[in-house]
Amino acid sequence: MVTLTVNGVTQSIDADGDTPLLWVLRDHLKLTGTKYGCGMALCGACTVHLDGVAVRSCILPLRSLQGKAVTTIEGLSRDRSHAAQRAWIELDVPQCGYCQSGQIMAAASLLQSNPSPSDADIDAALAGNICRCGTYSRIRKAIHRAAELLRGNTSP
Amino acid sequence: MSTLDPGRRVFLQRAAYFGGGLVLATALPAFRGGPRAAQVGSSQLNAWLLIGTDDSISILVDRSEMGQGVYTALPALIAEELEVDLSRIRIAAAPVGDAYVNALNGGQVTGTSNSVTEAWDKLRKAGAQARMMLIAAAAQRWRIDASACGAENGRVTGTQGRSASYGQLADAAAKLAVPKDVTLKDAKDFRLIGKPLPRLDTPGKVDGSAEFGLDVQLPGMLYAAIAMSPALGGSARSVDSTAALALPGVRRVLATASGVVVVAEHFWQAKKARDALRIEWQPGPNSGLDNAAIWSQLNQAAAANPGVSALGSDDVAAALKGGNALEAMKTATKTLSAVYELPLVAHATMEPMNCTADVKADRCDVYLGTQVQQLTQAAAAGAAGLPPERVNVHTTLLGGGFGRRLEVDFVPAAVEASKAVGAPVKLIWTREDDMTHDLYKPPAREQVTAGLDEKGKLVAWALHITGPSITARFDPSNKDPFDSVIEYVQNFPYAVPNFDLRYVRHEIGIDVGYLRSVSHAPNCFAVESSIDELAAAASKDPLQFRLELLAGKLRHTKVLQVVAERSNWGHPAAGRHQGLAFMEGYTACIAQVAEISVQDGRLKIHRITCVIDCGQTVNPRIVESQLESGIVYGLSAALWGDVTLQGGRVRQTNFNDYRVLRLNELPELDIHIIPSSGMPAGIGETGVPPVAPAVCNAIFAATGRRLRSLPINAHKLA
Repeated sequence: MVTLTVNGVTQSIDADGDTPLLWVLRDHLKLTGTKYGCGMALCGACTVHLDGVAVRSCILPLRSLQGKAVTTIEGLSRDRSHAAQRAWIELDVPQCGYCQSGQIMAAASLLQSNPSPSDADIDAALAGNICRCGTYSRIRKAIHRAAELLRGNTSP
Repeated sequence: MSTLDPGRRVFLQRAAYFGGGLVLATALPAFRGGPRAAQVGSSQLNAWLLIGTDDSISILVDRSEMGQGVYTALPALIAEELEVDLSRIRIAAAPVGDAYVNALNGGQVTGTSNSVTEAWDKLRKAGAQARMMLIAAAAQRWRIDASACGAENGRVTGTQGRSASYGQLADAAAKLAVPKDVTLKDAKDFRLIGKPLPRLDTPGKVDGSAEFGLDVQLPGMLYAAIAMSPALGGSARSVDSTAALALPGVRRVLATASGVVVVAEHFWQAKKARDALRIEWQPGPNSGLDNAAIWSQLNQAAAANPGVSALGSDDVAAALKGGNALEAMKTATKTLSAVYELPLVAHATMEPMNCTADVKADRCDVYLGTQVQQLTQAAAAGAAGLPPERVNVHTTLLGGGFGRRLEVDFVPAAVEASKAVGAPVKLIWTREDDMTHDLYKPPAREQVTAGLDEKGKLVAWALHITGPSITARFDPSNKDPFDSVIEYVQNFPYAVPNFDLRYVRHEIGIDVGYLRSVSHAPNCFAVESSIDELAAAASKDPLQFRLELLAGKLRHTKVLQVVAERSNWGHPAAGRHQGLAFMEGYTACIAQVAEISVQDGRLKIHRITCVIDCGQTVNPRIVESQLESGIVYGLSAALWGDVTLQGGRVRQTNFNDYRVLRLNELPELDIHIIPSSGMPAGIGETGVPPVAPAVCNAIFAATGRRLRSLPINAHKLA
């Protein structure tokens, strides 16, 4: 039994210690916003925040999570009000949308540590998140836009 | 059919077998995670439209949303004529039904980039009819003439300030006869069509609530993983499941035609147990298959066989049929003979294949992302042992389609597992399962012979294609041997008095499938690479050479002229080089210019300029994103796409050895849509084909090296 906090709620999980956090979230807690893409930390679809930092949940075993705090896309905001979510909506970033939870969580983590990222900063932080629909140019624009929103510039 | 791509004209025969009329669920299927469709008090005005007493307006969308925007574009067609705002619309996925057949594809199929083209008149008419019925109901209620009433913003208004909402009228309207004579709006009156309106599916895709097949939850649901033969076409000779069954949570191990399935309480348990199975595989007929064998076969088949001429086929434009290319080649001053080789490519959708099945004694429900609702129904029915009409197909959002979800190979095992354990089962393929058991884009060997006269004018151009047929396997009822094989080149746009087009069908032992843009991509590569080679042979600028060959074709010429302007053709930035490619396909004209540099053998793609004439746009914002999408998808394949086999096994297993484009590798993209009031063309696949030849033509400009095969990464550029 491992006890951790997910989106502010304490959860006790009874599963094999090697179960990746991804499957704990999806199968045990029914938080399906976090996606399975590769299982090897290659694609970023499973990105969540662990104690505030973007991590790949597909390779994090449950046994390593005792007492940790996890935030998933469902917990990023209650009402799509996080700056990244607002920017994503404003620019209609998603196409199929499958990778976008991971993209947004990676972007939110970047903005947390770097409120005015450059293109190079975005490249470095988001290179691990694959999008097969090719929404990359809008992701880049949306991160810049989210940074603006965080600075209080809400004019379109 | 010369104006439409022959594409996937499939399912006519098989669709008839499903029989039955329009099947409408009494409770609407929900677009889960998005706005829920009205479930109570709704009146149905036609196959697509339901209006609730609460004034909710729900549209059943009969094409699958895989990112291309049909959940926004198709409702916009109805809403335009219905006189309601798009933002009010709730979406639900349509069930299987005859009303939902795509007339251009001959089945309930999302493919061939024709969703908007096919729905253009049909759904606008449906919206207009519903509006007229609502007006007629109001006129009856108020005892006035319908001509004295109008409709605006979800309300009917009449004389003396009378007004009623659609919700108040829907019940009465639904009982009226459907009007036959309908006048559709003029383009100048469009409120929604042609406007960059927000996508209806975006909100659910930024908060995790959008439901993909992988996300389906049913009470009492179990999870399954599958072990499939490592060699494609092989099967399990013996299975020792002792160790697997001893693991926690494991409920059942069963052999199916698709592989050995493990059912457990959670997916991770199922996967671990799957990995603990001891299976002896019978490798099957492909145990000797590798890429050297495939290419040796294709080269031998091409050398041994002149191929079947497509000139007798209706698919080929009449203007191409007059001359004699082989005779004309003898008199040419300069000739080109080039073999272009296109590799096997994987779809690699972000969401691996999965299906959730719930089999009961007298019915079966399947939940999945699919591009083919009828084929899914048939596949599930076969596995469940039920008649097709007892199978309900619940289409979720698709985590990428790209043609992979035109296949139903992952459906039967989920159904068999649910039937065996008597509970709902979600079967998930791992990424490795997905990568190694795709229906890959087939390899193609494309040989161009062409001739120029002493003035550098094109006098003959001939293409000899050798490769497997997708359609012959996918739809045996389709007897057109050229179906999908000769796409684009059947409408070869360049003026040439002597043209030839031949095909040698050669199967390679493994099944191959439709992949985004299908044969447009290899054919565009052969055409546009060869035209570039011919321009060089004629010592002409590649743009000028094309413009001369397209003289009099205003739409084609305009696209090329605009792409030249926007890319500053002929004047790349210092140290950079440009390449051009053009295509006419999906009833659109598209051109792309790649601006690249090669330094110390390292290729960098700086910028892609893309110009399209795709007729009237329904939503230019979505068109733009689809073109960006096509370019990125096409670049991944051009740079790295190469599935290789060894002993019948696919060697690539995940994104570490099957490389795709990442954000830090994205070139600058400049997309421009030429305004047009023409028939809406396809945009989902159109951006893909030109990018590979544009980049390779730029590489030629930079290095003098002509790449006649893909992927680019396999070549040394230093």
